[in-house]
Amino acid sequence: MIDKSVREERPVMSEPQKIQPSSLADVAASKFEKQDNVSAAYGSGLDARNIYAWFGKYLAVSDMSIYFAAGTVTALIGPSGCGKSTFIRTLNRMHEFIPGAAMSGEVFLHGKDIYTSGIDVTKIRLKIGMVFQKPNPFPSMSIGENVLAGIKLAQLKVPNKNELMQDCLERAGLWSEVKDRLNQPGGSLSGGQQQRLCIARSLAVNPDVLLMDEPCSALDPGSTLKIEETIGELAKTMAVIIVTHNMQQAARVSDYTAFLLSEGGPGKLIEFAPTREIFGRPKDIRTENYVTGRFG
Amino acid sequence: MSLNEILDQVRDLPPPRILSNKPRFSDRIFRGIVTLGGFTSLLILGLISLFLLYRGFSALRTEGFGFITKYEWVSSINSDGTEGEAASTYGVGAMLVGTIITAIIALLIGAPVAILAAIYLAFYAPIRTRKFLVSVVDLMAAFPSILFGLWGLNVLMDQGIYVAELLNKYLGWIPIFQVPVPVFLRSPFIAGLVLAIMIIPIVTAVSREIFAQTPLDRIQAAYALGATKWAMIKTVAIPYGYSGVVGGAMLGLGRAMGETVAVFTVLNIVYRANFDILLGAGGNLASHIILKFGEASSEEIKALMAAGFVLFLLTLAVNLLADFIVARTGKRGK
Repeated sequence: MIDKSVREERPVMSEPQKIQPSSLADVAASKFEKQDNVSAAYGSGLDARNIYAWFGKYLAVSDMSIYFAAGTVTALIGPSGCGKSTFIRTLNRMHEFIPGAAMSGEVFLHGKDIYTSGIDVTKIRLKIGMVFQKPNPFPSMSIGENVLAGIKLAQLKVPNKNELMQDCLERAGLWSEVKDRLNQPGGSLSGGQQQRLCIARSLAVNPDVLLMDEPCSALDPGSTLKIEETIGELAKTMAVIIVTHNMQQAARVSDYTAFLLSEGGPGKLIEFAPTREIFGRPKDIRTENYVTGRFG
Repeated sequence: MSLNEILDQVRDLPPPRILSNKPRFSDRIFRGIVTLGGFTSLLILGLISLFLLYRGFSALRTEGFGFITKYEWVSSINSDGTEGEAASTYGVGAMLVGTIITAIIALLIGAPVAILAAIYLAFYAPIRTRKFLVSVVDLMAAFPSILFGLWGLNVLMDQGIYVAELLNKYLGWIPIFQVPVPVFLRSPFIAGLVLAIMIIPIVTAVSREIFAQTPLDRIQAAYALGATKWAMIKTVAIPYGYSGVVGGAMLGLGRAMGETVAVFTVLNIVYRANFDILLGAGGNLASHIILKFGEASSEEIKALMAAGFVLFLLTLAVNLLADFIVARTGKRGK
């Protein structure tokens, strides 16, 4: 568990620069096809600036800045150990659960840094949901209770729980499969269904951003396809950030792709561009080598 | 599926090969030694219970079922060997009541403290504090019970009496808090307090162990949904650890039932079924046995052996109950 003081004492490798609209975000916004959508929802994206992340003395992520626009899917790709998961976990303050973990940089949501001291971290995590690699429904709860778990955990008030439950399950593409068995335990579902249940669960608290850490790596191709369809639906209303080892998946689901690489040191952002460009005409030779399968 | 059906199915297939895995001589020796070790506890426990049953059988046969229901323990032979006036009659009912009452008091007071301690150690304590406190808890588990007894008698008693008087004054309308005469010294309540302290280590250790095993992905799932630490513990850790905590509490209950010296030291041993827990009189099976043993006639010794057998069965029953509860609730949260 990281203490705030630890974070402040840590030598900051580079002072966060004066805030200018992230150039990457500008690129993203200008080249993005659904531009109206983006500009309308511009304020509810997630803006990560100069992120560094440590485990103890080990620097895992170095100087990463990405703007994730609302209404888009951004894929984070790169070989194992390049800091994708570490980076994504700094975006909803899950990184600090690891003993000895520290970070530097800023993450803006609605124009406010989520690392500002005194902020209620639990409220941040309501706005920035997360889906994990391994499906992790709560086994002591039924399917229906799992969907509403966030409401219960954060003690939120909702007018109509059943309506919300149905809505979330529909958006996660699971409603038709479970509508007659909502009282059965969450663990009774298949792996792919469990993962969609976890997605439904994170939707119930109405997040603006959804982080997905290799959500399909434990699933069969059929379930993967369903989840990819779900991701496409979700991106209409929020920013989706997905870590994936599967480049086809990145190409299929994402609007933007960030390529990360560690090259023996900390993980760095090599290239961030619309997905078509990353896979079509990457600017950096390292990106090209990776996406064409020459290494990694 | 019958054997024939299975055979029909495999008829066309080649017969399975016999896979031999003949262990080496040295391996067999070692296997023999560890097997012996594995069965030692069963063997010893079996021998002890047989011994108790054998030595106490005549008393059990004479008294029948009354041995565990009767509230009388009268020996016709005095300690100096002369024949007493009354006829012998042995029944451990009163001590059985005392055993259960003191153990339940201990559980009701000790288990909540232990569970809170376990939650603190598993989720809140900084690493160094945790390591230190865990070894303190282990030390406490190995602490000689006579020292708990002496401390309970000399130090805890005064505080306990004050609490007992308060309970009697304000909750006296509840039957168990009534006292026919205001004697609060050395009561089952005080003995239960001491027992509570004695069972805290085992319940804490077992509960902490199970809480510490709470799957990380579930903890993270809760946090990622905006849970506070307490909400996470309530929703994830407690359902997960529930069966283990119940098991730990039952182990504590078993220990409290079998405790001898601490109860013998603290409680004013009087052979009666004392349901007024604040009144200074009572006993439990183990303390009764130790009290009577030194001056018992051969006939009474047999009855004490039988009492020991009853105590054995009682603790066995508690442990079986614990297994049952753990097995029944174990699926929840797993």
